[in-house]
Amino acid sequence: MLSILLLIPLASAALALALAADTPRRLILVSAAAAHFSLTILAFAVPPETAFGGLLDLDPLGHLFLSVTSLLFLAASVYAVGYLRAEVKGQRRDFQEGAAFSNAPERIFTACLLVFLAAMTLVACTRNLGALWVGVEGTTLASAPLIYFHRHRRSLEATWKYLLICSVGIALALLGNILLSVAFYDPAASSTSMNLVDLAAKAGIARAPWLKAAFICILVGYGVKMGLAPMHNWLPDAHSQSPSLVSALLSGALLNCAFLGILRAHQVCVLTGLESFSQELLVVFGLISMVTATAFIVGQGDYKRLLAYSSVEHMGILALSVGVGGGAVFGGMLHLVCHSLAKGMLFLVSGNILALYHTRSCYDARGMARAMPVTAALWTAGFLAIAGSPPFGLFVSELTILTAMIRQGGLVIACVYLACLAVIFVGMSVPVLRMVQGPTPPAVTGKAREDFFAVGPPLVLAGLVLTLGLFLPETLIRILAQAAGVVIRGL
Amino acid sequence: MTVAALFEPLMIALILTNLALLVTSRTGVLIRLMALQGAILAFAPLFPPAGVPTHLALLCLAVFAIKAVAFPRLLSRTLRRIDADSRIEPYLGEGLSAAAGIGGLLFSLWLEGRLPVPPGLFAPLLFPAALTTIFTGLILVVTRKNALTQVIGYLAAENGIFLFGAPLSRQGSAWLELSILLDVFVGVFVMGIAIHHINKTFESIDVGRFCTLRD
Repeated sequence: MLSILLLIPLASAALALALAADTPRRLILVSAAAAHFSLTILAFAVPPETAFGGLLDLDPLGHLFLSVTSLLFLAASVYAVGYLRAEVKGQRRDFQEGAAFSNAPERIFTACLLVFLAAMTLVACTRNLGALWVGVEGTTLASAPLIYFHRHRRSLEATWKYLLICSVGIALALLGNILLSVAFYDPAASSTSMNLVDLAAKAGIARAPWLKAAFICILVGYGVKMGLAPMHNWLPDAHSQSPSLVSALLSGALLNCAFLGILRAHQVCVLTGLESFSQELLVVFGLISMVTATAFIVGQGDYKRLLAYSSVEHMGILALSVGVGGGAVFGGMLHLVCHSLAKGMLFLVSGNILALYHTRSCYDARGMARAMPVTAALWTAGFLAIAGSPPFGLFVSELTILTAMIRQGGLVIACVYLACLAVIFVGMSVPVLRMVQGPTPPAVTGKAREDFFAVGPPLVLAGLVLTLGLFLPETLIRILAQAAGVVIRGL
Repeated sequence: MTVAALFEPLMIALILTNLALLVTSRTGVLIRLMALQGAILAFAPLFPPAGVPTHLALLCLAVFAIKAVAFPRLLSRTLRRIDADSRIEPYLGEGLSAAAGIGGLLFSLWLEGRLPVPPGLFAPLLFPAALTTIFTGLILVVTRKNALTQVIGYLAAENGIFLFGAPLSRQGSAWLELSILLDVFVGVFVMGIAIHHINKTFESIDVGRFCTLRD
């Protein structure tokens, strides 16, 4: 089953590349996403066998990440149908600089989307740290052309920054993996497996200094990709310049995959009794990310960059939750799910706003309530959700993390955490509410796109975040607890 | 002199290519130096020469094909296409970069004495040579404005990491190393395409012109 899960997007990508007609290709994209999602859900009922000699191996933690990725990809692919249909073929004027530009061929865009899904599936479906690295590297390569879909100067600048910064980061993570093998080096053994289960069996021989060096390299390396400050420089650029559905996937799925890489390294630390070391580092990076994001969110004039910095903030919260440990890890897992849904939805909505107003400025896109009522409602709801106000899921998860912090005596951490959340709430509410209210600028003459493809997927995602805030189903609690258990116990 | 004794001169040659990378400003020379570094690296996993398993020989062959032949050809083709040998001033001059590189070398030598290296794992000089190569790569990425030089820096960093991993590749199969090699290859390919676009759009591969996206 796991090999099929990997094969579906890969085969569809090949097919998408081969097809010349647009409509069947879009159909393939959506059906591949739907098949992938159904199989992921089916795997909860029928635990899948390992595949490729234990290389593909789905544990509860990976399964949670896979489900989030798959769900978000399904939403984004439905959105993509409407988005691609509305895109102008051939040359057109860039609304910011006025220069002429065209889009990348839709064939390549669709194929890259599907390969991107395959790479993320590999990351989630393996406990082998080497294969995980290959998957993360694959996500970078597949997503770079996605960011450069609109072929103009700014997206090129963003793509180059993304490629170079993330490649160096991933190279550091590779170094971390090699240092990890050195830490577990056993001259008598015939093989050096990088599988977590095999590493757990050899926990006794682990050399602590090498292990610590390895964790630092992996944390910084994958941290670049996850968007932890101060390694987040690529993130606002890439998120603001890529098509909105790609931004949704980058923020809601890709950052999680990088986080999973860090979690796997943390698991190794737990197995070898070094968890206090890795937790301390996670707390430090988590707090730095939250504070940095706060500083950039206040007064931010570009609404897509606003969302991007909000992702830096939430990645900080995730790192912090694992760093605090105990009950916070459960909160962190819930937070991961809710953040992906809410942020994915917000980015999709931002695409609708951009399509009507042709600007990313919070000052120029005004009067949404009149011009595009459904989008305006979703935008407000999304803001309330992402800022952690009740009754949305993020309120529950943030509160769970806070309670665990206070219970474990981390009062200073709790204070910084609360202060950042409060400032971000205010800082985000100003531009968001300004955009919704007021008169529509006279220059905006087009008709808002509010058809099924444009508002359907964000509406469903918003409904899910709301539901998670109102009540948590028993099954979901079990899934989240199992995933948190893997992080806490190490296996 | 036995074959095994060749290893140390090889590592010294590698360190020298690093310093040469840091003081060179001409992109064509940088590419040739990368090819030389790739060739040296292809031999590294073969030491000690006794009992080299088949998969390792295969890996070395692949490394040679990719790092010493394919990469340099790909990069020189890009260079020819964009005609970019006009000098782009780096953020940090060659002299200072070389000083930083030597600093990296000294730090690596110091660190080797401090870390408890598992006995018999690293051949002499391998650790400092690998670490210096990584530092060289990072210095090139950070201090240069020429997009091609940045890619060369990324490759140098990957070379250093590969050298670190070389002694470990005795154990287990080579598929993982191969897939990593392939990933790096595709990475350079994608970067090559990006450079082509940068040149077309900005009429230069000077990334110092990237100044639109900031807060």
